[in-house]
Amino acid sequence: MKLLLQKIVLPLSHFTLEVNVEIAGRVVALCGPSGAGKTSLLDLLAGLRRATSAFIQLDEQVLTDTARGISVPARHRGIGYVPQDLALFPHLSVRQNLLYGQKHGKACDGLFSMEHITQVLEIEPLIARGVRQLSGGEKQRVALARALIATPRLLLLDEPLASLDGGLKARILPYLARVRDEFRLPMLYVTHNPKEISALCDALLEMDRGRIVGGG
Amino acid sequence: MDVEAWQIVGFTAWVSVLSVIAILPLGLGVAWLLARRIWPGKTVVETFITLPLVMPPVATGLILLEILGRHGWIGGALHRHFDLDIAFTWRAVLVALGVMSFPLLVRSTRVAFEEVDPRLEQIARTLGAGEMRVFCTITLPLALRGIIGGMMLAFARSLGEFGATVMVAGFMPKTMTISRAIYQAVQLEQDALAYRFLAVSVVLAFGAVWCSEWLLRGRRH
Repeated sequence: MKLLLQKIVLPLSHFTLEVNVEIAGRVVALCGPSGAGKTSLLDLLAGLRRATSAFIQLDEQVLTDTARGISVPARHRGIGYVPQDLALFPHLSVRQNLLYGQKHGKACDGLFSMEHITQVLEIEPLIARGVRQLSGGEKQRVALARALIATPRLLLLDEPLASLDGGLKARILPYLARVRDEFRLPMLYVTHNPKEISALCDALLEMDRGRIVGGG
Repeated sequence: MDVEAWQIVGFTAWVSVLSVIAILPLGLGVAWLLARRIWPGKTVVETFITLPLVMPPVATGLILLEILGRHGWIGGALHRHFDLDIAFTWRAVLVALGVMSFPLLVRSTRVAFEEVDPRLEQIARTLGAGEMRVFCTITLPLALRGIIGGMMLAFARSLGEFGATVMVAGFMPKTMTISRAIYQAVQLEQDALAYRFLAVSVVLAFGAVWCSEWLLRGRRH
């Protein structure tokens, strides 16, 4: 993955998000204190917010270029997003949630098929249930599976384990590692947790008050 | 009550239901725009929509009469081109009920849309859904209880409408609704009939408002 974020300017309530960075790597951790602008940056990438100024290019495709009036709509970006609150559709069953993003409503063969993804994440027994009947860890895996079934070319994960207790975190972490290894999908992974960074990520970006202040 | 009185009850219920159905598409559209979009003139439109709630109903009725009468802007054109009259027909009752209940429908529906977490709509877009699919599969089902509650409230308002309706539909027998029938019965000193209409009116209104409250309370919990 090569992700170019240039001339990003987005005024937030306490500071302005200003980012100029080129991101390379398969799983890149984005860390920093709460309120540093990490979620806002993911929202910009996913096309859910409009910046005052921005140039965003993913591999060869320009997604946003405010100078030329280019803004690819979120639905055409091919970017999967698992937000912190998971945003599972509460009125739909697990199956309906999973199939929501399936391309053209047709079953996808192979790697990104629902069968394969539910098998990898071990959620096959859950698909007939309602979302409200799931535990925290199950919801986490369903949200991840839903994003994967839409066959994204980049996956944004916003503190996916933050709301889980220690034991559950330890149980979900291997699933994320399986997703990384099985699907070989580029990921931008927001986390505060050094364990998650060392277990999953091959590059690191640090953010503070809307700016990239370090990396490695 | 005799057959004629029951016909009045039936007509009132029928035209009230029809008015709610008629204003529903526009009401949903306006409520969604107010809840989800920022646009110039939004406050003016909001104020304009609320006017029938706070203006004297007879004043609203007078405006409608000016517009829908044979010499009015819309009523005149319809009469000339299609030989179609609005004022003092059942269509006038329909329009008056629709106009008077529109603010209630929009206000309830707007709140229902606002209570749908925008994050769900955003994530649906990242999953490839266009605006219409997001609306039909996420926003609408999640706001449905509130929308139906708003429809029941609008229906209840329509059942009791008097002032605007009397201006545009008068006291024609074919356009008589419960509220005007009560007024007319009292004027003619037919108190027993007035009280019977009153009882029916209370039962219908109580049922509609109770359903509305039940649905809106269910949405909040």
